[in-house]
Amino acid sequence: MDNDIKKHLTGLSIPQLLRWRVQNTGDKVALREKDFGCWNSYTWSQYYDHVRKVGLGLSKIEVKKNDIIALIGDNIPEMLFMALGAQSIGAISAGIYQTTMPDEIAQLLAYMKVAVVFCNDQEQVDKIVEIREQVPFVKKVIYEDPRGMRDYKTDDWFMYIEDLYEIGENIHLEKPDLFESFVDQGKPEDTCHLCLTSGTTGLPKGTMLTHKNYISMGLQITEVDTLEDTDEYVSFLPFAWIGEQMNSFGIAMATGITINFPESVETAMEDLKEIGPHFMFGAPRIYETIRSQIWLKIDESYWLNRMLYNYFIKIGEKSATYRMTGKKMPAGLRFKSWLGYQIIFRPLINQIGLLRLRRAYTGGAALGPELFTFYQAIGVNLKQIYGQTEIVGIAYMHRDGDVRPDTVGKPLPDTRCKISKEGEILSKSPCVTPGYFEMPEKTKELLEGGWLHSGDAGYIDEHGHLIVIDRLSDVMHNNRDEMFSPMFLENKLKFSPYIKEAVIFGNKRDYVASLINIDPIVVGKWAEDRGISYTTYMDLSAKPEVAELIYDQVKEINERVEKEHFKIKRFALLYKLLDMDDDELTKTGKIRRKFVREKYQNLYDALYDESIKEKEVEAMFQYQDGQSTAVKTKISFYTMEGV
Amino acid sequence: MEPLNVKNITLSFGGLNALSRVSMAIEPGLITSIIGPNGAGKTSLLNCISGFYHPTKGEIFYGEKNLTHSSPHQVTKMGIARAFQNLELFGGLSVLDNLLLARHTNLKYSFLHAALYFGKASRLEAENRAYVENVIDFMELEPYRKSIVGNLSYGIQKRVEVARALTLDPELLLLDEPMAGMNIEEKEDIVRFTMDIKQDRETTIILVEHDLGVVMDISDQIYVLDFGRVIGSGTPEEVASNPKVIEAYIGED
Repeated sequence: MDNDIKKHLTGLSIPQLLRWRVQNTGDKVALREKDFGCWNSYTWSQYYDHVRKVGLGLSKIEVKKNDIIALIGDNIPEMLFMALGAQSIGAISAGIYQTTMPDEIAQLLAYMKVAVVFCNDQEQVDKIVEIREQVPFVKKVIYEDPRGMRDYKTDDWFMYIEDLYEIGENIHLEKPDLFESFVDQGKPEDTCHLCLTSGTTGLPKGTMLTHKNYISMGLQITEVDTLEDTDEYVSFLPFAWIGEQMNSFGIAMATGITINFPESVETAMEDLKEIGPHFMFGAPRIYETIRSQIWLKIDESYWLNRMLYNYFIKIGEKSATYRMTGKKMPAGLRFKSWLGYQIIFRPLINQIGLLRLRRAYTGGAALGPELFTFYQAIGVNLKQIYGQTEIVGIAYMHRDGDVRPDTVGKPLPDTRCKISKEGEILSKSPCVTPGYFEMPEKTKELLEGGWLHSGDAGYIDEHGHLIVIDRLSDVMHNNRDEMFSPMFLENKLKFSPYIKEAVIFGNKRDYVASLINIDPIVVGKWAEDRGISYTTYMDLSAKPEVAELIYDQVKEINERVEKEHFKIKRFALLYKLLDMDDDELTKTGKIRRKFVREKYQNLYDALYDESIKEKEVEAMFQYQDGQSTAVKTKISFYTMEGV
Repeated sequence: MEPLNVKNITLSFGGLNALSRVSMAIEPGLITSIIGPNGAGKTSLLNCISGFYHPTKGEIFYGEKNLTHSSPHQVTKMGIARAFQNLELFGGLSVLDNLLLARHTNLKYSFLHAALYFGKASRLEAENRAYVENVIDFMELEPYRKSIVGNLSYGIQKRVEVARALTLDPELLLLDEPMAGMNIEEKEDIVRFTMDIKQDRETTIILVEHDLGVVMDISDQIYVLDFGRVIGSGTPEEVASNPKVIEAYIGED
């Protein structure tokens, strides 16, 4: 893309940029959605038509400039039509996670004084109905899927999206120039979206992001990794997360790639296979899941496949270290790695739909260095990115041929980086938010001195790469005042295929201890293979054989850690998986450390009492309908020898 | 949609009366449940309606049509479909194939068309597929479309069984214990589907079910069978306060 065009684009609002796309490549496919088993597409022109219908329709139901439209639901094209429709008349869109509970939705709607709520289906509408009394300021609830809505049809608080389209279309027929004049009024500095930050503590904050923030981010990224407008992208991250918006508002608009929407959340991985995307972005969890799938597949495969895989994965790992650092490979290794790619890894990544992938990005949380090597070894160019919601997701990333697993790469072209005296990472770029919605105090803290304060501790290494240690507030010190990062150790544990989740403790204590969640699928298979019978997750976790297995894994990790005080001394296998619904994880899958510690206080205490080998605990399980039951179980504590 | 009238039917096997003088008026557009202890004759009654058995005495009318002596495929053509208690699916075929196969009665192209896969054949197949996809969407079976039925969990197989009945686009749907052996969450799903089938697809439903909580919640009308006789009927409230019903369920004290 030449510089003149780039300059032109940064001066546009997102709806104006959409119009520019229509003028240039109106007949090209912009969005594709799988529905009833078929991929249906929308061209840029059709995209714009829908945005116009929504925009004019909203103006008719008295949505005004700076009003806020909340969007709750799975990723569907209508989500973008609603968001851009709102933005085109100067209103502000805001995404809410579809897993949010009604009470929290009520708080969020009240905080943002939302004018209109868009829900994709009955499940979400029902939540709004539950809190209707608390949100009198909501003018309309618009829904996309009419299934199960018969009881709401007579109530004009609810509106079917097709009716909104019709209203919009009628206005357009009456006044054909009206919509264009709305779009013309947009300015790049206007706030277009409120992105709720995941909030490991307290209620989320609404980060105001402008048209310019998103578009600049999209353009900056293409300067590092070029994207063609024929490239495909699969939209499977929650829309409320910045990771999805930066693609749909930023990158897709700036580069003209096609966004594909899966049929349902459950089919996303299958649909990915059908599309074969050219780039993807995901939280570490996704990459961990895909790797587990690969391992499981290989494990179930013929002995020949297993043998070839085991041989070539080592070759792959060796060649990956060359490729990641951009060094020249010896000819022999290059040949062997080529051979391995052709006979095993190419068909393997084709089976999971990653063959066309030029780049895969991971962000949101740290990913074990081993995972990078693994993906690079099988021929998937996985790179780390780093950034915050407040800087539109990506501000730092690895460059091809310079992937150092322990770093998050270099700043994007227009981004500047500084480390404060306290060791905090500070950034400056055109993507930085003007602040939090109606929170002047927090905004001041965030943007103190004109720099974006990340709240993360980090440093820049000798290659100019940024290294993130942990949240400034999450770094722990043991009682000898030696610093360690719990997240760092948790990731080490999670690299074991048998460990799904781990929580590290040890702040102001003698040693590091951990509560571990075994991986039900991998460990379940392991147990089956050995004829160990089990019933529930709780039962499997309590098997002494499983504990032995995990003991060996922890031992191995202890042998490899950099510092003596990182070693895990005691652990226990938790009887249930940490879950978002139980508030143990945030919506993006991070551990709510404080909450978990308080919830399992008795286990925590036992971890630091070396005399306890076994303890009876009462586990509470809450069902979806609000009922709960208590189950008594024994939980064992294990002490690592020689730590 | 038309009313189904069961008039005084008796079904005997040798000297045993599985049903004796059973009469019912099933109103269109409602959920009518049939409950009763094991061996009360619930499934026998469904078998009579769906043409697997023919009553020894009495008659069954669907609207104007007499189906007392109709065979199962004739009953199907009248717009009556049934989801079986014990799954009647092809375990080795995919969900999609099972559902497509269920619509074979709608395929009316000739051998020649089929051989060339041209004109009518490909058009009808496409229409069929579109209809089946609509049912897959309705029953939320997208993730399992291409899975082999035998490999799916019991709860999902039950859902496929209901979907198979729905692909026939029935006016009257017979559900034989759709919730047996399910956990709470799966039951909740089936309840939601049943309500949606009734209202969104405008289908009359006859439900045979053991879970009284569910039956009381979603039924418009209930018939209680015991030893082949109707011992009570009415709205859920009426049935719940009927002393005969209480006796049959809880026993004498």
